Amino acid sequence: MSPIVRRKKERFHLQPKYSLLILTVLCVFIMSVTITTEMEHTYINKVLGAVFVPFQKGLTDIGSFCINRVEELQQIRVLLDRNEELEAKVDDLNLKLVQYQQERYELTALRELYELDDDYSEYKKIGARIIGGGSSNWNNYFIIDKGSDQGLLMNMNVLAGEGLVGRIDEVGPNWSKVVSIVDDSSNVSGKILSTGDNLIVSGNLLLLDSGYIEFSQLKDTDNLVVVGDKVVTSNISDKYLPGILIGYINNIQTDSNHLTKSGYLTPAVDFEHIEEVLVITTLKQADFNTD
Amino acid sequence: MTYLIREVRKSMRRIIVTIFLVIISFLLQCTIFYRISFSGMVPNIMLILTVSTGLLYGQKPGLYTGFFCGLLLDLFFFRFIGFNALVYMYIGFGNGSLAGKFFPDDIKLPLGLIVISDLVYSFATYFFLYLLRGDFAIRDYMLHTIIPEMVYTVLISVLYYPLILFTEKWIQRYETRGAAENV
Repeated sequence: MSPIVRRKKERFHLQPKYSLLILTVLCVFIMSVTITTEMEHTYINKVLGAVFVPFQKGLTDIGSFCINRVEELQQIRVLLDRNEELEAKVDDLNLKLVQYQQERYELTALRELYELDDDYSEYKKIGARIIGGGSSNWNNYFIIDKGSDQGLLMNMNVLAGEGLVGRIDEVGPNWSKVVSIVDDSSNVSGKILSTGDNLIVSGNLLLLDSGYIEFSQLKDTDNLVVVGDKVVTSNISDKYLPGILIGYINNIQTDSNHLTKSGYLTPAVDFEHIEEVLVITTLKQADFNTD
Repeated sequence: MTYLIREVRKSMRRIIVTIFLVIISFLLQCTIFYRISFSGMVPNIMLILTVSTGLLYGQKPGLYTGFFCGLLLDLFFFRFIGFNALVYMYIGFGNGSLAGKFFPDDIKLPLGLIVISDLVYSFATYFFLYLLRGDFAIRDYMLHTIIPEMVYTVLISVLYYPLILFTEKWIQRYETRGAAENV
């Protein structure tokens, strides 16, 4: 039978199996295009932003409101006990603070001496809210409420608190897609802060619940790296700025080749509960060019 | 001519209601259910919608609903576009083949089909996005992702399927009333 069947009353009618065939070819075509090229679909992103983002903001607010009220009720009693404990602690810490302030003066003086002022606390940052995510249990992408209108670009680094969350993968006018470092396809080049040894930090879907991320390829022949060491982004990464805190070593073991080590690290960010993030508006590549 | 206009109006009403349902499901899934997710699991509402539309309306509405549901997910949450659209489309088409062959008020068969469709979706995702990358830990993925998602989706569909069934009945009532007036 021909794909186009002429019905009475002059209506063209495409049979379902032919629609299926056409759309399958279309899907495969779009897939191959988007895998091979890093195209920015600006117009689609504009339409999507106009239609969905306002609703996402509103509904996220409603969702967060409900969750927060429930949590508040659960936690009131616990918090009262904690309060007493903490007040006692405050006095203790105030004493220590004075001591640390003195040490801080010393530190700033030393930093100036070594010209170590490309610490990431000095990058320009923009705050953004997470307005959607988790539409698939197979990956870890989410949407934030700032986009190219606020000056965001692809591959900008995203932080929460003091730790690395991920990087921007796609930008719309008023929204951006962020891929987090716990996503299964994500690999970040990092280094141990104390020894300077390089390693690869990779997300793993199966470890998501346990709150750890994997690391591998650590060359540590002198066995200097210990549990609790800080892991930061390394200088050789092409998308991440150097020196951003990723997490702390939690578990370490020697690989079967006896050359490299691998294990788990605890990320500095609590990925289950992030609501606000900071986007660093300096790009690694741009930073490199101006130097 | 009047017949044609009535036909177009009839399908327009269904199309508008379905578009509305797609948008509502997408927003629910990526905002409220994302915020209240248990141990990071989100029910697959878009899949419930695709399966039910296929079952209630037939192959063509099923495959188009699936295509647009998947496309939305691709655009917002995946690195490349088209994979989810493809899988959802085939699920919608497959369920559409069963349209008219059962009594839609009985929730047991739709629930069974939602379970099967969710497994199909999960295995397709695992096979193409994980297994082809050399990740063979299927047992872990079963326990960690596939089965929890399936259970959660079925629980939610007990509430969500009647809602979709209700909109279908509402359209039908509207249509029969309109037809009676036009006679």
